[in-house]
Amino acid sequence: MILLSDYLVLGAILFSISVVGIFLNRKNLVVLLMAIELMLLAVNINFVAASHFLNDISGQVFVFFILTVAAAESAIGLAILIVVFRNRKTINVEEIDSLKG
Amino acid sequence: MTFEHIVFYAISLILLVSGLLVVTVKNPVKAALFLILCFVSGAALWLLLEAEFLALTLILVYVGAVMVLFLFVVMMLDINIAEMREGFVRYLPVGGVVAVLMMLEMAMILASSKTGLVERSHPVSHGADYSNTAEIGSVLYTDYVYPFEIASVLLVVAIVAAIALTMRKRPQTKKQTPSRQIATRAGDRLRMVDLKSEKKQP
Repeated sequence: MILLSDYLVLGAILFSISVVGIFLNRKNLVVLLMAIELMLLAVNINFVAASHFLNDISGQVFVFFILTVAAAESAIGLAILIVVFRNRKTINVEEIDSLKG
Repeated sequence: MTFEHIVFYAISLILLVSGLLVVTVKNPVKAALFLILCFVSGAALWLLLEAEFLALTLILVYVGAVMVLFLFVVMMLDINIAEMREGFVRYLPVGGVVAVLMMLEMAMILASSKTGLVERSHPVSHGADYSNTAEIGSVLYTDYVYPFEIASVLLVVAIVAAIALTMRKRPQTKKQTPSRQIATRAGDRLRMVDLKSEKKQP
């Protein structure tokens, strides 16, 4: 039988992979957004696994809401990306420093 | 080692390898394609967990909408890949150390027997007449109806924000102005002029 901890460890490994992705691709804004999507997938796997193993449907409802928010987030993120590229002709994070941050 | 185990480990392997490729591959288009593979294997895992509705939603919403949007944007932007790869090797050690430490911490907590996660879990395998969609719907439209409404408002706000951000007015474009078209009178367009009729030359 597959245990709950198997799924949770899988989610942990996937989350760590996306953290590595944020470290490695810290210049490319598109891949940063993709790494965030990967993180959300890892969290959702944990939610669904817990929902199945603890016999509680609420976990799946939460995944439903996370999917909604993630879709809205990526749509607005990509819109901001397009506006940034149109104005600055680059999506390199290190060159987007107009606010002197 | 049952058949379920083999399926679980095969799908997990595909998921993790494609996840690694998403963050390491050079071309962003390939990264987006590997992310699609990630989502499909995630959906397969959710099918294994008897969450059929969410598995299909993941494929429809993510693979069908969000990833197509990603591919569209990646292909539209003119990205200098070589410039983006600067510092890739430099940040590899620190990123790897952080990720391995984080993974070990989480695995130690989640996989240890002291948390009682394994003892407390009693998964019920449902029969063929069980509807996961009906189950989610019966909770979603009763207990979670206000969050559901808020989520729909959030989606509308996201649509409006995305359109408002990317829309631009270009001065040289030619377009109609309906209000001015409707406000015109016949006198603005047509002028009646009295002319004397000419006599035929003899």
